[in-house]
Amino acid sequence: MCATCGCGPNSHHHDHSHDHTHETSPGKKVVDVEQDILLENNLLAQRNRGFFEGRNILAINLVSSPGSGKTSLLERTLTDLKGELGFAVIEGDQQTANDADRIHATGTKVTQINTGKGCHLDAHMVLHAVQGMKLQADSVLFIENVGNLVCPAMFDLGEQERVVVISVTEGEDKPIKYPDMFHSSTLCVINKTDLLPYVKFNVEKAKEYARKVNPRLEIIELSCTSGEGMDQWYEWLKSKVLQPV
Amino acid sequence: MHELSIVMSIVELASAQASHHDAAVIEEIELDIGCLSGIEMDSFDFAWKQAVKRTILENARRTVNRIEGRALCLDCNTDFTMEHLYDGCPNCGSHLSQIRSGKELKLRSLVLPD
Ligand SMILES: Nc1nc2c(ncn2[C@@H]2O[C@H](COP(=O)(O)OP(=O)(O)OP(=O)(O)O)[C@@H](O)[C@H]2O)c(=O)[nH]1
Ligand SMILES: [Mg+2]
Ligand SMILES: [Zn+2]
Ligand SMILES: [Zn+2]
Ligand SMILES: [Zn+2]
Repeated sequence: MCATCGCGPNSHHHDHSHDHTHETSPGKKVVDVEQDILLENNLLAQRNRGFFEGRNILAINLVSSPGSGKTSLLERTLTDLKGELGFAVIEGDQQTANDADRIHATGTKVTQINTGKGCHLDAHMVLHAVQGMKLQADSVLFIENVGNLVCPAMFDLGEQERVVVISVTEGEDKPIKYPDMFHSSTLCVINKTDLLPYVKFNVEKAKEYARKVNPRLEIIELSCTSGEGMDQWYEWLKSKVLQPV
Repeated sequence: MHELSIVMSIVELASAQASHHDAAVIEEIELDIGCLSGIEMDSFDFAWKQAVKRTILENARRTVNRIEGRALCLDCNTDFTMEHLYDGCPNCGSHLSQIRSGKELKLRSLVLPD
C-alpha cells in the first residue's frame, strides 16, 4: 500500500510474539498465519467509520450496475435538499470526471477517485480522499462506487449504510444473480419507475428476490426523472441523519 | 475482477510473512475460501496466474480449502447447508438466517524453507 499514512500491511504485523511455526519435514517449516485476507481493508474501514462517527457524518456507499442512476439520484437529492442538510460527495469512476462534474454543478463539494483498471473503491482510497476534504460535522457523505454489481460488494469502506440501486430497465432477477451486493446492503432503490409502462419488469418479483437474499433489506421505488417516490427516499435519508449520537 | 485485488492482498501478506522469516521463497500456501465468500474460483485462478508472476509465490504449491456454506434458521433453529445466499430454510422456508460458515477468506499457512 502506501508509505505516507502508515496504513501499509507491515504496520500491523510487527508483533510476532507468539509465532506459530513448526517443522514438517527436514529443511521445511510451516508458518500458521491464520489471517483474514481482507483484514487490511477491514481495519482501514473501521478507521474511516470511527472518523465518521466522531463527527456524526452519515456515510452512504452507493452501488449499482453501470447506468442504474446513482449520479442522477445524487443530483436530484443534492438540489432538492440544499439548505436542509450538509452534503459532500466522493465519486469513484474508472476513467472520467464526468460524474464529479455533474455533482459539482449542483454546488456540492466533490472529490474524484479515479480507480483506473480497479473495479471497486476500497477503504484505503476513501481514507485518503477524506483526508483532503475538510468534511463538516453533522453532514451526509455520499460515496458513489464504481458501476459494478459484483466487485464492490466485498469491500467495506466504513460506511453506515449501503444503498444498492437497480432500475426497471434491468432484469428483475438482479438480486439473485448478484446476491452478495443485496446481502450486504441496507436499502435497495428501484429507480426509473417512470419507464414501467414501457418495459417488462415485475416489481413484486424483484422485491421478492431481494428479500430472499436479505429479509432485512428496505426497498424504495422511485424515479429520478419524474420525482415520483423521491419523498420516501428523503424520509429514509433524514431518519438516518437525525439519529441521536 | 475483485479476485485480482484479493490475490494481490495475498501476495502482500505472504511476502511480509516470508521476509519476517527471512525466506526468499514460499514453497506452499494454504488458503480457506468459503463458498459464500463472493470469490469466483475461475476468476481467482486466472487472477492468480497473472498476479503471482515474478513474486515470491510464483512457484508455490497452492492448496485451497473450500468451506461449505452453513446457516442457522432464526425462525426454527434448523442448521442447513446454504449453497446460495438466497436459499431459504429447508424445514420452514424462512429466509431469516444467520450464516455460520462459508464467508471465510483466509491465509491459513505457508511452508517455507528452514
Ligand atoms: N427514464 C429515466 N431515466 C433515468 C432515471 N434515472 C437516471 N436515468 C438515466 O439513466 C442514465 C444513467 O444514469 P446515471 O445517473 O448516470 O447512472 P449511474 O448509475 O451514475 O451510472 P455509472 O456512474 O456510469 O455507473 C442517464 O441517461 C440518466 O438520465 C429515471 O428515473 N428515469
Ligand atoms: Mg454515475
Ligand atoms: Zn495510505
Ligand atoms: Zn471486478
Ligand atoms: Zn426454519
